[in-house]
Amino acid sequence: MGDVFVLGIGIHPFGRTEGMTGVDQGVFAVRQALSDAGLEWNDVQFAYGASDAAGNPDTMVDQLGLTGVQFINVRNGCAAGGSALFSAQMAIKSGECDIGLAVGFDKHPRGAFDAKPSEYNLPEWYGDAGYMVTTQFFANKIMRYMHLNGISRETLGRVSEKAFRNGEKAPHAWRRQPVPLEEILEAPMVSDPYSKYMFCSPAEGGVALILGSEKKARELGVPMVRLKAATMRTRPPGSFEVFAPSVDIERGGSATNIASRDAFAIAGVGPEDIDVAQLQDTEAGAELMHMAENGFCADGDQEKWLAEGLTEIGGKLPVNTDGGCLACGEPIGASGLRQVYENVVQLRGQGGARQVPGDPKTAYSHVYGAPGVSAVTILER
Amino acid sequence: MKAIAEGLFTSEPQPRLVGGKDRDSGRIVFPCPESDRFEPVPLSRSGTLWSYTIQRFRPKSPPYAGPEAFTPFPVAYVELPGETIVEARLVDVDFDDIEIGMPLEFTPTPLDPDATDPVMIPAFRPAEAA
Repeated sequence: MGDVFVLGIGIHPFGRTEGMTGVDQGVFAVRQALSDAGLEWNDVQFAYGASDAAGNPDTMVDQLGLTGVQFINVRNGCAAGGSALFSAQMAIKSGECDIGLAVGFDKHPRGAFDAKPSEYNLPEWYGDAGYMVTTQFFANKIMRYMHLNGISRETLGRVSEKAFRNGEKAPHAWRRQPVPLEEILEAPMVSDPYSKYMFCSPAEGGVALILGSEKKARELGVPMVRLKAATMRTRPPGSFEVFAPSVDIERGGSATNIASRDAFAIAGVGPEDIDVAQLQDTEAGAELMHMAENGFCADGDQEKWLAEGLTEIGGKLPVNTDGGCLACGEPIGASGLRQVYENVVQLRGQGGARQVPGDPKTAYSHVYGAPGVSAVTILER
Repeated sequence: MKAIAEGLFTSEPQPRLVGGKDRDSGRIVFPCPESDRFEPVPLSRSGTLWSYTIQRFRPKSPPYAGPEAFTPFPVAYVELPGETIVEARLVDVDFDDIEIGMPLEFTPTPLDPDATDPVMIPAFRPAEAA
């Protein structure tokens, strides 16, 4: 089986864009990625497209060109983009195709996500009682985690502070204004212990990645960014997930644990080999818990890591160098692909003011979502 | 007393939550799924606080069917020893006094206290308030 390379990348800035549909933002990203790779739309042999709330991705062919391209739509919660990427790389690895597209976009209404009990195999009363609210789960999860592992609320604040500081340096980020730690901690509460600066918001945006075989990458003369591993996993027994009316007393691991473990095994590297990481940070505590769930530190060490700045752009393991979901918002279909986009930028040394120093060689991305799915990629230059 | 859904509590004077016991593995879940695989079992009235948050904004309607006028409420997970951890409201407690590990007891509570014939939802209160 052949290796898979990222030939080209494109992004439509995240945030709110009046007058452009989600599909339009996806098309914008695809055109940029094609131009980055030095390819035309009719060179693309297949596409996997992810969108949660902005329509069917395959309708993009209206704008990109009716080449008859094979185009498969992916809807997989917050792992939609990761799932599109996983599927696309399989087609190339197998030797079936040598140029393909993974694209994701979304455009969500303002406010919390609309979730219905029936979509999650839950009884109607669960929604009536006011529990179809994702933020409740995230807050409950971190409250338990803080209690068990001695994480302070100030450390949650530091994650958000870093996100907005990094977002300021990323042209595609939405929130590009640094917010002082004190303001983050004292802002109105959304769901304790999280204030409004500690949650990301649903947003809009589009990301496209052109993948190809080693032969194509060499022919095109693009920077050689190799996809060493891409995994997508569902939850194991005893995990604690979004929209859970009950949780097993016997605690188990998470979908993230398995996706991460398997990605490291496939890539043949360990957490200590990673130079830069993008970890799902839909809320400040998620970044902290995911540092441990992905094997980068022990539970509780985050307190020290954040205080010492180890996850800053110049730190031991820079995390969420473009400000992550906290600064970029979360257009579900595009969010996981944004992380990979950012990693390619970092490995190519094109990060500008947010470039990780020391010529990073390996990069890690991780998404997590309802109802217990996770996707991980490891890139190497 | 009208529960928000049929089969959620027992009809005893002091009601209990009804969970579902997997006939093969013995694992207990809440609520009891509508499946022959699960046998309905009454759950313990007392437990301890496993985790919690305060819901500070009114959830979107639909699906939320609570009163239009919103007051923040605690959403908790309560460990029922040897059974399972259930999601429920906390009542009769100051937010500042909530502590993980505190002993709790089951008390169904109205979704809308001002309704003439309110539906009851699962909730717990501090055990010493009994």
